[in-house]
Amino acid sequence: MREPITISFSGGSALLLQSNSSRFDEQFQKRIWSLATDLQAAPGFTETVPGMNNILALFNPEEIAPEEARRELTERWAKAQPLPRRGKTVEIPVIYGGQNGEDFKPWARHCGLAPLEAAQRHAAGTYQVAAIGAMPGFPYLSGLDPALAIARRSTPRLAVPVGSVIVGGAQAAVMPQTSPSGWHIIGRTNIALFDPHRDEPSTLAPGDIVRFTIEDVWL
Amino acid sequence: MIEVLTTGAANSIQDLGRNGRFDIGVSRSGAMDRLSLMIGNALLGNELNAAGLEIAIFPFRLRFDQPARFAVTGAEGAVTLAGRPLPPRWAASAAEGETLVIAPPDRGARVYITFADGIDVEPVLGSRATDLKSGYGGLEGRGLKRGDRLDVMPKPPMRAFGAALDPFAALDFTNPLPVRAVPAAEHSVFSADARKLFSRWSWRVTQEADRMGYRLEGPELKLERRLELMSHGILPGTIQVPPSGKPIIQLADANTCGGYPKIATIIEADLWIVGQAGPDSRFLFTEVTPDEANAALRRQRHEIDALARTVEVARSLAG
Repeated sequence: MREPITISFSGGSALLLQSNSSRFDEQFQKRIWSLATDLQAAPGFTETVPGMNNILALFNPEEIAPEEARRELTERWAKAQPLPRRGKTVEIPVIYGGQNGEDFKPWARHCGLAPLEAAQRHAAGTYQVAAIGAMPGFPYLSGLDPALAIARRSTPRLAVPVGSVIVGGAQAAVMPQTSPSGWHIIGRTNIALFDPHRDEPSTLAPGDIVRFTIEDVWL
Repeated sequence: MIEVLTTGAANSIQDLGRNGRFDIGVSRSGAMDRLSLMIGNALLGNELNAAGLEIAIFPFRLRFDQPARFAVTGAEGAVTLAGRPLPPRWAASAAEGETLVIAPPDRGARVYITFADGIDVEPVLGSRATDLKSGYGGLEGRGLKRGDRLDVMPKPPMRAFGAALDPFAALDFTNPLPVRAVPAAEHSVFSADARKLFSRWSWRVTQEADRMGYRLEGPELKLERRLELMSHGILPGTIQVPPSGKPIIQLADANTCGGYPKIATIIEADLWIVGQAGPDSRFLFTEVTPDEANAALRRQRHEIDALARTVEVARSLAG
């Protein structure tokens, strides 16, 4: 079960460890979380950015030389056991379709489902936060029903509004701020996912469970 | 207080940026030319991380409502205080009511104005840097506008002086700017031609160049085989190659994760050159090792430390 990985430098003081597979693996991700926790106490390592089946590890080259950091990372990865993390459960009420979900109907059609059925399937899933990143508080969610997957738009929108509930490829997410995105907008929520002035700015953390609930469906 | 009289919305308050929260998607932000901001702070005896103004839209004018000490570093051009010209990388005193004017620079793209003890705004997530993309930090998370008033420390006059440390001396903006980069994760997946072109072509900065990133113009860089990458952490300086084959340099306000193949990462010690290169500038990339990248940064830090010590000695001698 030891999947092949690649470790490479991102400049002089960071290493990227990534899975060689292009398909997301939940067990692999649990080892990434475990490695991230382990690296917090590793001498010379300063910060980690867990991604989707990968991790960027920043180090201080005044404390640990680049090649030594690479060896250290390789060894710690070999020892990393899946961290069975199950965080808090967060409910996200969604208004599907209408003005706030302009791709809702085309998405349902793409999936071969009636709009109401598509909303129900989306809300029936149990999602887990795999990683936070790209923009402040943005959750990469695993657990999307494969029947609801849809390739990203060929031309990204320049401004997808904050609160948009979106689907891109095999992933689901919610927009924590208004930003460009090539994902499909299926609905809207009022839950704030990020506030830089809170003690913990990000509402969600890796391992958290997300459930979408149907507040309304605009047909 | 100082009052902004003329500005563009891309001018903002910046320090050295945010660290430690990349894991929740918080960009580094901070000065695009960190070296010039540090020189400006060193000239005033500030902490190197003190907040100053990053000016990318010109002309810029501000008025001092009180006596203050300031320095102007970064891009070189006409700078006047109450009509009197100031040389590049110069620290000086302003009297109450005097106006500082920064004209469009002749060399470089970004000017930094630092003030003794920095600009006093509330830090957000450990930094005073403005994140223009996400809308926090600096002044209400936005760029400067006319009429903005900023808190700086009142200071008695001092004799004006300049920095001997001149990073611009080595730069010839009429030729491609030399920029060093460490090969990145997918470097070896690019075709042999693409790898050669990457370090031999003189890449032009397009008009799509801002604090988030620069799009470069040049030949198409092709991959040997198709790649499907999952979202992964990226740092300022990362050179991505999207399906168009035209490289993008991710910079201060860039997203913290991306999914495009990466050919190289520009070294921290040369990111300031990128920050000083406006549209139509050209880059010539040289590949270096992580050790070379770190040695270059170490040399740069020693030079800034030496400048800071010189300023300290000069100030103690001046009493």
